[in-house]
Amino acid sequence: MAAEKAEMDALKKECDGLRAQIEAARKAVNDGSMSAAASGVASVGRVQLKLRKTLKGHLAKIYAMHWSADSRQMVSASQDGKLLIWDCFTGNKLVAVPLKSAWVMSVAFAPSGNLVASGGLDNICTVYNIKAASPKTLRELDAHTGYLSCCRFLSDTEILTASGDTTCCLWDLETGKQKVIFTNHIGDCMSLALSPDMNTFISGACDSLAKLWDLREGACKQTFSGHTSDINAISFFQSGNAIITGSDDCQCKMYDLRSDQEVICYQDASLNAGVTSLALSSSGRLIFAGYDDFNCHIWDSLKGEKVGVLSGHDNRVSCTGVPDDGMGVCTGSWDSFLKLWN
Amino acid sequence: MSGSTNVVAMKKVVQQLRLEAGINRVKVSQAAADLQQFCLQNAQQDPLLTGMSSSNNPFRPQKVCSFL
Repeated sequence: MAAEKAEMDALKKECDGLRAQIEAARKAVNDGSMSAAASGVASVGRVQLKLRKTLKGHLAKIYAMHWSADSRQMVSASQDGKLLIWDCFTGNKLVAVPLKSAWVMSVAFAPSGNLVASGGLDNICTVYNIKAASPKTLRELDAHTGYLSCCRFLSDTEILTASGDTTCCLWDLETGKQKVIFTNHIGDCMSLALSPDMNTFISGACDSLAKLWDLREGACKQTFSGHTSDINAISFFQSGNAIITGSDDCQCKMYDLRSDQEVICYQDASLNAGVTSLALSSSGRLIFAGYDDFNCHIWDSLKGEKVGVLSGHDNRVSCTGVPDDGMGVCTGSWDSFLKLWN
Repeated sequence: MSGSTNVVAMKKVVQQLRLEAGINRVKVSQAAADLQQFCLQNAQQDPLLTGMSSSNNPFRPQKVCSFL
C-alpha cells in the first residue's frame, strides 16, 4: 500500500509538472493580443440583419437545427416528437419524420442530403433515409450510456456522436457498429464540430474544456481551458486553425489551435445569459451566438466587440446555423419557431 | 484492487499530458495575423457582411411584375 501511495504521489507530481510546463509554453508564445492586433482592421459597423421568414410548424420547444449542404433545405428537431425538413426558399415543409422518442436534443443532415440523424434522452442516434417514399429508419446506433447531445455526418457511411456519457464516438453506418470511441472528457459532452479537412474534430463538455481529437487515431491532441462552466456550443473557424466555444458562463471564446490557447474572449457586462449555440458567417468575421436571453447576439470575431443582435424570439434561442453559401442565419427557439435572417 | 486502478488511471492522465505538452506552439501574433488575413481575404464573398440585393436574396419573396 505504501509503495502504491508513493507511486501515486510521484505520478501526481509529474502531472503538476507537466501542467506547469504546458502553461509556461503557452505563455512563452503569448506575445500579443488578438484584439490589439485587430486595432488596425476596419470596423464592420453596426450589423443590422432583417427577419426574412418565420417558419411555423413545430408544436413544442425546438432543440436543434442543421442546414443541408445545398444551403436550401434545413432540418429542425422539436420535443413535439418530430423532425421537420424545410425548403427555406419557399418556407414549405418537405418532410415530417415522426420520432420514437420525443426527447430529442440533436439533429444532423448528411452532406448528400439523403439522410438525417437525431437523438436525445433515448441515448440512441437514429439515422433516417428521407429520400424514400416515407422516411425510413436506416439504423439505430445504440451503445452510448448517456444522452445524445450532438451528431454530425462525415458521409452517408460514417457519423460522429457526442454523449452525456462523456464520450464521443465514430460509427460505421454500414455495420451500425462503433469504429472509434473518444474518451478523455470528465463531464457530459455537449457539442462537437468537424474540421474543414475532416481529419480532426473538436468537442465541448460540461467539464468546461474543449478538446481536439484525431478522427482516425482516436487520440485527444489538445485541451483548451478557460471557461468556468459547461461548454454548450463549439465551431471551427473556416481556416481550420481556430475554434469558437460558447458556454453557460455567458462567454464565447476563440482558441487558436496552433498557439494552443485562448486568444479572444467575447463577453459583455450586460449579458448575463448562457450561450446555447453559435455559428460563423462565411468569412469567419461574424459570430452569431444564441443566448438564454431570447436573443442571438452578433460579435466581431477579430475585435471582440458586439456588433448587432437578432431579436424576435419569445424564448431561449436554442440553435443557430449559417448555411454553406453564407446567405443567411437561421435561429431556432424554445418558442417553437425558426427564423431566417439576412 | 481499487488501488491499482487509480494508478492505471493516473498513468493515463500523465501520458495524455505528455502528449499535449509536446506540441509545437506558434506565436499568438502570427496566429492573429493569419486569422485576420483569412477574414479580410474572404470579406467580399461574405454575404452577411456585404449585404445583397433583393433579387439575389434567396429568403426574400420575389415581387412579381405583370404587364397589364
